[in-house]
Amino acid sequence: MTTIITLAYLVAAVLFILGLKQLSSPRGARNGNFTAALGMVIALAATIPLLHFTRAGLVIIAIGVVIGAVVGTVGARMVRMTAIPQMVALFNGVGGGAAALVAVAELLKFGVHPPFAEVFPSVFSIVIGSVSFAGSMVAFAKLQELMTGTPITYPGQQVVNGLLAAAIVGFAIAVIAIAAIPFSFLSLMLLALILGVAFVIPIGGADMPVVISLLNACTGLAVAASGFTLNNFALIVAGTLVGASGSLLTKLMSDAMGRSLANVLFGAFGQVHTAATAAAGAQGRSVRSASAEDLGTLLAYSQRVIIVPGYGLAVAQAQHAARELADVLERRGVDVEYAIHPVAGRMPGHMNVLLAEANVPYEQLKEMDQVNDDFKNADVALIVGANDVVNPAARSTPGSPIYGMPILNADQAKNIIFMKRSMRPGFAGIDNDLMFGPKTVMFFGDAKDSLTKLVSAVKAA
Amino acid sequence: MTNELLNELTFFVLAIFVGFEVISKVPTILHTPLMSGTNAIHGIILVGAILIAAGADSPVTIVLGLIAVTLATTNVVGGFVVTDRMLEMFKGRQPAKRPAEAPVPK
Repeated sequence: MTTIITLAYLVAAVLFILGLKQLSSPRGARNGNFTAALGMVIALAATIPLLHFTRAGLVIIAIGVVIGAVVGTVGARMVRMTAIPQMVALFNGVGGGAAALVAVAELLKFGVHPPFAEVFPSVFSIVIGSVSFAGSMVAFAKLQELMTGTPITYPGQQVVNGLLAAAIVGFAIAVIAIAAIPFSFLSLMLLALILGVAFVIPIGGADMPVVISLLNACTGLAVAASGFTLNNFALIVAGTLVGASGSLLTKLMSDAMGRSLANVLFGAFGQVHTAATAAAGAQGRSVRSASAEDLGTLLAYSQRVIIVPGYGLAVAQAQHAARELADVLERRGVDVEYAIHPVAGRMPGHMNVLLAEANVPYEQLKEMDQVNDDFKNADVALIVGANDVVNPAARSTPGSPIYGMPILNADQAKNIIFMKRSMRPGFAGIDNDLMFGPKTVMFFGDAKDSLTKLVSAVKAA
Repeated sequence: MTNELLNELTFFVLAIFVGFEVISKVPTILHTPLMSGTNAIHGIILVGAILIAAGADSPVTIVLGLIAVTLATTNVVGGFVVTDRMLEMFKGRQPAKRPAEAPVPK
């Protein structure tokens, strides 16, 4: 009978690999998700029939599956497109939590002196799973704006985090070498939860996608470790696949932002001062703003307009209004393009998804490298709810948290229309000199309302 | 070292290489869906959660099993559904074709 299970797990593993392969090309991405889901169904279907259930076991599995399926489906279906990143963080966190609990339950079975091959992966799974759970919850809270998105730092933070890590290693050795009693591995779990929080709070909201990707890879490894504890082939293979591909993806993401992973994770330390002085320097400077009519005329008589969409456009659901404006301009013979920063929105690829939803022709979507040289020939750069991705501080201010991030050269356009809800700094929590530039005109308001006003103004011009 | 452990280590090491290899050429626009998809796959921990919950017989194991199964199911179901929602947007449009045919625009 175990032959059937093993074969089913093999099929599931193949489907996961094929699914990942399909997911990494645009053509097959959606099928890839189905392929992986089919693998999951097969792995579950092969596991369940051969188990010996206790009465209580059957009941809790039924209850857990029903609650989880309802929460998962409703959460994933109801969430707005803009809130998807934090939803991924949440789903990742609960997976890490589950991996840690599975390891705890296994350790309880083995008694005080479990064999090394069991206790080592269990300890690993408890620590990494708990870090992933707590870290993901903080990432969720930051993106959902339940807490501040700016880095939280305090003096001696690195020392505190170092001590936490050392305490975890100490407890881990105690569990492995001395005694696997509930007190020691529950303490281990608690410390790992604290470390998860401590690890993520100093990282700025704008870097959360990279952190979520890293924690995703961590959960994969925790699942693989739980697989070693349970001697379960499916968990080992699937968890490791996610751990490896997730690590590579994390690197690709930080590359897309032009940063090293170390800079993303530990960059906030020691930058409290710089950010504070920069904010103080911005006080009392004035900006220009203009009426919709003036801006409509400017746009209508331009030859080339580049729209720079950002998170503000996503929040206001303004992608349709943006396309309408582009259509009106194109009918007047204006060239319109969209400049998509790799991390526009809050996740790589986020903006492409939103604009595709609004039927923006794909040829108009230009990636950063394609479009950056065009800005100097553009009459207007129309920045809709973006901020950090056009902040010249990334080029010019070495102390800035976003220094070194590749940005869109919107500042080189002949005119810059900066559409924003308010003067609030962007997600990275720093001021943007571009707003105060001589070529820049601010146009305050909700992105959707503002764009609609511009559409009528262009029509009237 | 037992044979079983050796087998497991073999799978582990091979899976690392496959994991790296399989996504090495992913375009930027698919980073988010791919992360979400891998997130759903580590929901396989549901198999582990069911294994430990099946034999639950004491208050502690019942509570642990219930929480583990609930969390793991949320991971699997939410993960796949949210990934599908993202990928829906790419369906039947030009973006679904172009990057595959012309990966290097210049």
